[in-house]
Amino acid sequence: MTRSPLIQLRDVVKTLGANRVLDGVNLDIYRGEITAIIGKSGSGKSVLLKHIIGLHEPDGGAILFDGRLRAAMSPAERKALKKKFSYVFQDTALFDFLNVFENVALPLKERNALSPAEVSRRVRDKLHQLDLHDVELKYPAQLSGGMKKRVALARALVTDPEIVLFDEPTTGLDPIRKNAVHSMILDYQRRFGFTGVVVSHEIPDIFFISQRVAMLDEGRIVFEGGPEEIQEAVAPEVKNFIQGLESPRDDLTGIASQSIGQNRLLQEMSRLQRYQIPFSIVLLAMDNLEDVDRIAGHVVAQTVFKTFANHVTQSTYITDTCFRFDINKILVALPDTNEDQARDFCRKLARTMQSHALFGSIEAVKGFCYSVSAGVAQAKQGTGLDDLIAAAGQTQAVFYECRN
Amino acid sequence: MAILVTLKSPVAAIGREVLDFTQHLGRLFLFFVWGFVLIFQPPFQFDKIRQQIYFIGMKSVFVICLTGAFTGMVLGLQGYYALVKYGSTAALGSAVALSLIREMGPVLTAIMVIARAGSSMTAEIGIMRISEQIDALQTMDINPMRYLVSPRIAAALICFPLLTALFDVVGLYGGYLSGSALLGLNPAFYFARAQSSVQMIDIVGGFIKSVVFAAVVVTVCCFQGYYTHTRAEFGAKGVSISTTSAVVISCVLVLITDYILTTFLL
Repeated sequence: MTRSPLIQLRDVVKTLGANRVLDGVNLDIYRGEITAIIGKSGSGKSVLLKHIIGLHEPDGGAILFDGRLRAAMSPAERKALKKKFSYVFQDTALFDFLNVFENVALPLKERNALSPAEVSRRVRDKLHQLDLHDVELKYPAQLSGGMKKRVALARALVTDPEIVLFDEPTTGLDPIRKNAVHSMILDYQRRFGFTGVVVSHEIPDIFFISQRVAMLDEGRIVFEGGPEEIQEAVAPEVKNFIQGLESPRDDLTGIASQSIGQNRLLQEMSRLQRYQIPFSIVLLAMDNLEDVDRIAGHVVAQTVFKTFANHVTQSTYITDTCFRFDINKILVALPDTNEDQARDFCRKLARTMQSHALFGSIEAVKGFCYSVSAGVAQAKQGTGLDDLIAAAGQTQAVFYECRN
Repeated sequence: MAILVTLKSPVAAIGREVLDFTQHLGRLFLFFVWGFVLIFQPPFQFDKIRQQIYFIGMKSVFVICLTGAFTGMVLGLQGYYALVKYGSTAALGSAVALSLIREMGPVLTAIMVIARAGSSMTAEIGIMRISEQIDALQTMDINPMRYLVSPRIAAALICFPLLTALFDVVGLYGGYLSGSALLGLNPAFYFARAQSSVQMIDIVGGFIKSVVFAAVVVTVCCFQGYYTHTRAEFGAKGVSISTTSAVVISCVLVLITDYILTTFLL
């Protein structure tokens, strides 16, 4: 069955001053998915986002919601549609004359649909979820950049929107906070099921949280597809852009980036094919990173993941390769290693983790349970890389657990 | 042909300026009407109007008293020395009262409020515009005109006549201070002449002026801030130029409107 897009942009054209910012944009955004819009600075990504929410009207082309043309909607229908949206601005756009509580409460208060007590309850809930309850009386000027981003996120999510648009939500944040915001977006998207559109420069991190990626270049969409497809795209403008932005090391963990890691895996594959040198992979996953998010906040969760990555790096030899495979997964490639030796590697890693404090203060939280699982697979002649990783995923079993 | 074009160009330029100016006035008028109508859109924004009354009105009381007192005193002083030559110092009360109530009260109050509250209104709304706070209101389905401009219009329409009345009263006592207390004019003469010469039409005229000035000042100041992003200059520079323009344009418009209104009221 073919899915029908929630939002469709058809040949959208916009000229600002002398610049033709959007030059026939065609884009489909699907319900319940996170779509990342990437592209060079000044390529019109923010303008595109503002067209979706209706802050800008296109000079030409059409924008459809659920198959209905927005331009043909009545004012009441447009108003109802607007209520489904939320927008997280690049510079947060928090009201500097209101404190954190008032900022988050404003969209609810102005809708006048709820009693003051209910507004207060919902705001406090949201502030608590985003770990902002102790700053509710502070003004935006008194907050750090990361906190402002979280307040902006709380303000965007307090109305339980169906569609949330994020305009470069992580610009200017350090790697831990950047990853915390990404995991926050993913976590909330899973919990509340909204449709997300994220404009971002964070490559490849943004691919971990998005189901679809669109690349805007010279006012047109030059690529639209899954995050794994864009890494294999051959179009020179896409390839050059991705390679130009992608750092060889993952910002948060300092280990190799996904594309570097996959290249190493391909090299190992060809060594296996040509010289019959065996190799194994270990897929390590921090299973309940989301629980750490909820107990100790997203920043602590990312710090924990970073510490975990450090332990993994320390347990590997110089010839081994470890790289970030997903938002909570690390893949280790062990050359000249069979499956049993790979399991030994896991046992050694578990011992290292037990002898070091991995989770710091959250380990003291009563009832807190935490586990890391590992899946091991040995590469065989004739198997593809995807099959090998899938095989490792199937053998995934808990090898480290912490219970209080 | 080229000569014709050269000859026509200054005329065309004047025409363009006049058209631009008329268009601008039209936009200002529509801006005011839109903001004014939204005051009455339910639910009534009582709390925001109260805050603006405090900001525009209450916080201007001191400066209005100060300028009112000194304006009255200087009128008393100048009037006394002018009248003493003709031996008609008893008319000082009328001179001070009429010039204050008809002209000086509404005009100087408007100019003082422009300096104190108008400029900050422009800067505040302008900063909200450049930091995308106004866009944020729109994305939350909050009408920025209703949220930001309407309470200010309502508050200005309430505050200006009250501040003008305060200015007039303080000014009258200022005139008494310099004319009677310092220069020795009989206070009974001063107040009796002030009372007898002022007609209800003068007071109503003064209030009409203050209400019109309120509309002019708040519209110009909010408009300049609201559309600061359409300027050629961006960011803080744009806000600073908008604030300067708001002060200059509203002062000039207050004086022009004053002349026009006086023509009709006399």
